[in-house]
Order: sequence, then structure tokens, then C-alpha cells
Amino acid sequence: MTIVEAEKLNQKGLQKVAANERFTFFGLTLPYLIMVTALIVIPVGWLFYLSFIGRDGSFSFENYERMMKSKAYIRIFITTFKISILTTIICAAIGYPLAYFMSQLSRKWANICMIGVLIPFWTSLLVRTYAWLVLLQKKGLLNNMAIEMGLITEPIKIVHNTTGTLIGMVHIMLPFLILPLYANMRSIDKDTLKAASSLGATPTRAFWTVFFPLSLPGLLAGLLIVFVLCLGFYVTPAILGGGRVIMAAMKISSNIELYFSWGAASALGVVLLVVTGIILFIASKLVSMDQLGNR
Amino acid sequence: MNETSLNISIREVTKKYDQFYALKDVSLEIKSGEFMTLLGPSGSGKTTLLMVLAGFTNPDYGSVKFGDEEVILKPPHLRGIGMVFQNYALFPHMTVEQNVGYPQKLRGVSAAETKRSVEEALNTVKLEGLGHRGINELSGGQRQRVALARAIVFKPKILLMDEPLSALDKKLREEMQIELRQLHDTLNMTTVYVTHDQKEALTMSDRITVINHGELMQLGTPNEIYEHPNNHFIADFIGESSLLPVAIRDGKASLNGEKIVMAEKAEKDGDYLLVVRPEKAFLADKKVKGSNYFSGKLIDSIFQGESQLLVVKLNSNDDGQEVRVRVPNESVTQKALPEVGQTVSIGLKVADSYVVS
Repeated sequence: MTIVEAEKLNQKGLQKVAANERFTFFGLTLPYLIMVTALIVIPVGWLFYLSFIGRDGSFSFENYERMMKSKAYIRIFITTFKISILTTIICAAIGYPLAYFMSQLSRKWANICMIGVLIPFWTSLLVRTYAWLVLLQKKGLLNNMAIEMGLITEPIKIVHNTTGTLIGMVHIMLPFLILPLYANMRSIDKDTLKAASSLGATPTRAFWTVFFPLSLPGLLAGLLIVFVLCLGFYVTPAILGGGRVIMAAMKISSNIELYFSWGAASALGVVLLVVTGIILFIASKLVSMDQLGNR
Repeated sequence: MNETSLNISIREVTKKYDQFYALKDVSLEIKSGEFMTLLGPSGSGKTTLLMVLAGFTNPDYGSVKFGDEEVILKPPHLRGIGMVFQNYALFPHMTVEQNVGYPQKLRGVSAAETKRSVEEALNTVKLEGLGHRGINELSGGQRQRVALARAIVFKPKILLMDEPLSALDKKLREEMQIELRQLHDTLNMTTVYVTHDQKEALTMSDRITVINHGELMQLGTPNEIYEHPNNHFIADFIGESSLLPVAIRDGKASLNGEKIVMAEKAEKDGDYLLVVRPEKAFLADKKVKGSNYFSGKLIDSIFQGESQLLVVKLNSNDDGQEVRVRVPNESVTQKALPEVGQTVSIGLKVADSYVVS
């Protein structure tokens, strides 16, 4: 004997309501999905395809082979990583104490400090980079001042080289480190530090055993964002490096603009993308991804 | 003074923020081994006083001594106190064991001794076997116990607690009140407990200090505070009470013209407030000597489980003063309860009739 399930009270209607809700949520994500598909998935797919096309128009690995063999390419990768790592370390060294200081202030003063961090962040990248050029160049403000004060007799070369590139990049990247780090530090319960201190920890000990470990997710998130952004950075190294600091993004650009070599440019792009992907993957194992955004 | 506890001597501690006194000339002697509760509404200064004891707030002037030692200039980490915070302030990146072992590690206690003392502390708070858990895996009640274990693991002579039970639900809170009190009796350290919950204060304390507007209002045992409040603020704050205006002229008290008899003669003529505790007032069928009687209309009757709360609006009173009467839930009394709207007579024994200013 089979039992025919009778429809329970309002079962069909409620199922329909649930289905409608799902449809609405899908509808809300649709514009973004279309954008991602059109602007990211398809172009990146095209990039992959191009990177495997040789000069004669057939399928080949020649773009990748050249990259492995050519000293110039290897040097570019070394420069890219060196600049990115140095920028990230300097950002952390400057940004951590600042974020810590801000997190200890009252909301009002912290917001005022935050404006100080954000105003450069909202200013055009190009403007800031050229401003550094004006400040740092041979007859720039900094050199002239130092000479007039008698600190130096000859102008020092602080731009059109690695130093200049680093100064500019650190300045531009700093907010990306401070924002997630500050948000994380704010969320640390101040009573935990009081607790540590009441239990016998000196302020230094309390910092290293309680505050620092609790700020690590924010710090890692900030380091990661800065590092990944540095890997693909173009404008600042191009202007402040003066052609002496060549990073991957600049090589991609010159491959296309000077040599019309879409294949070589694509291959470089793919390598950069894959490296970034691997770093993000490793980092996601260390910090949960939701901490990468500001909480 | 003995080995497990220290007395605390607070003298003239004053803390002023702009124009307002968080603490005003507070002097208080807390005996060694005593369970002292600082009770007051929020913003009364009770937490500020606790923070002064812990060393997190520096007063403008005043003295705090633990035993014979002045500690007011000592930073918190050198004061050797155990402290339990309102939101527990556990270290979320450490396990239960690491949290509780933290003060021992700071003190350079050996690993074996740390392990033993952590186990002992966890046993004391009934958390045996949970040492390897993460903090986020614990319930609110369990976190509370970890915070407590961490504060007592190094056997401090003074334990400070800042509203430690306020985040727990009522039933658990009431259980913990009794447990904390038993724990105090076992460990015998001087305990200073801050709360705004008068019932909690009455349940747990040896003595209670009532604080309001940064000043000490009354110091006494729970019984003294409840039965003999110094003023109308305390009478109102501790327990439920109805305060009725009483005029005393030529040593004779009257409530809206009707004469009432007081337990004690008032020292001076003037306007006072009669304190009527709901559980001391009773429904009266007939008037006998030795009690004061008020008649009024029953305007509300609320069933509260163990008792029935009756709200009576006094007849004689122009501004419709209300008196609350609590009738215990016994089968006989329940049946005999008057209906809302009826006129009832309320009695209050002369022995229970006292006024506050």
C-alpha cells in the first residue's frame, strides 16, 4: 500500500516564496556577474590563448621559452620581486606603528588621523608621483634645501633609481597596509591588554604576547594587498625609476607598444597572474579571506 | 592579615573629570578575606574605584594600601591582583590552558608546576578536561569560568571583579553567584566585587558599599543595608519599595493627615518618606493594634509565580500614590485574593514602619 503524501498547510505557496527569494538574490548579482565575465573572464582567457601563439601564428611555447632563457626577463622578475618585497617591508615598518598609535586614540582623534592617511589616498596617483619627482630631483626642493643648509655640497641622486621608486611606491601603498591593519587593531578588545597587565605582564610583554598576535590577521592582510599591488605596478616605477628600474608591468607595456609582440606580453601577464594567484592561495591558508576586506 | 589575603585601605581617593567628580573623597576599609561589593547605578563611580584599585585609573589624589604597602604609584602589573573583567577579556588566540597558564608563565613558574596549577585552577572552577579547547568553542558561562581560573591561578591575595556575571542569563547568573561565594570561602582571598544588581550584592557579600555620584552613601552588611537604608536613594535602589511622603510635626508622624506610628521616633520634624517593602505589607481583613493601615483601590494584580504582586492606589493620597504588596503564593491566599477595582486595606507592622530622608 502506498501512502499518498497530502499537501501540508501552505506548503506549495511557501516553496514558491523561497524560490522567488533565490531568484531575487541571483538577479542582484547579475550585473556584477556580467561585468566580471565581459571584463575579466573573457579577456584573461584571450590572454592565455595569445600567450601560446608564436610569431608565425601557430601554437607554440616560444613565448615562455624565451622568458626562461633570456637574462633580461629574469632580471625583470628579480627587480619586480625585489621592489615589491622592499616596498612591503618598509610599508609595514612605517604603517604598523602608525596604525597602532591610531588604534589607541579616541575615535575622534583617530578619525582625524585617518583623514591624513586618506587624503593622499584620494589624490591622483600621477599627481603624487610627479610631486615626488619635483621634490626629489637633482635641482629639486630636497636637494636645494640640503645644499643651502650646508648638509651636502653636491646634489644627491635620490630619483630615477631604486631609492626614488621605493619612496614613491611606499607613499602610495601605505594606506593599503594601514586600512586593514587599523580596522583589525580597533577590533582588539582593549580589556585583553588590561587583563594581561593585571596578570603581571609589563607593557612590552603584554604587547608582544597579546596585542601583536591579535593584530597578525590585519597585518598579513595589509602585507598581502601591498605586495600583490606592487607586483603589477606601472606608473610610479616608470616615472621615478627613470628607465633604470624595469618591472614586469613596464615590460608588458613595452612589448606591446614598441615590439607589437602580443604573445610575449601575454605570456608575461600570465606568469604575473599565476604568481599572484599562488601567493593569494598560500596567504588564504594563513588568514581567512574575509579578513582581507575591512571588517 | 593572613597568608591568603590582604586588607585594603582606601583614603580620600578623588578623581575629577572636568566639572564632575567620578570619585569624591572616598575612604573605605576592606577587611582581609572579606567579600566586599561596590554597588551603585551605572555612572556612580563604582567601576572607577575598582580601576583605581587595579591601577588602570590614577586618581587626582588619595591613598590605596594593600596591607601596609602604599600601591597608588605602582603600575598594574606589579600590584599582584587577580582581576575578572566584565566581558572576560580572554586571549582569543590562546587555548583555555594557555589563558590560565599565562600569569604563571609571566612569573617564570616551571612548566610542570604551571601544568599542575592550571589543572588545579580549572578543577576549582569545574572546567576539568577542557584545557585544550579554544576560547571560541566555549559558552558564555564557560568563558566566565576560564576568566576566573586565570585570575586565581597564581593565588593572588586580592581578587577584583567588574560585573563578571552581567552577560549571563538569569538562571546561570544565580547559580554562579552562589558558586562565586563558595569559591571565595574556599580560597579566602579579599574580594572586591562591582555590580549594579542589588540582588546579586545582597546574595554574595559580607558587606556592601553603596556608591552614587562618586560618593559613599552607605556601608554595611546586606541585612543592614536592606533593613535600615540611610536615605531614600538606597531605600529605592535596594529591593523594591514604595516611598510614601510622611510629615512629622511635634514628633508625630502623619501620612496625608492620617496618623501613623513609627518604629522609632524621628529626631527632627520635617518631611520624610515612609519605606514600604512589598513583602512586608499585607492585606488586612480587620484592624488590630501594632500595625498601620492604609486603604486604597486595587488597580493591578500580577501573577509572578512564587507570589502575586498587588498594586494599590491609596484613597487618602491626592497624587494617587501607589503601594505594592506582595502576597506569597500559598493555595489559601491565592483563592482569597481581591478583584481588581475592589477597595482593599493594607497593613504594615509598626516594627516595619520607618522613614528615610
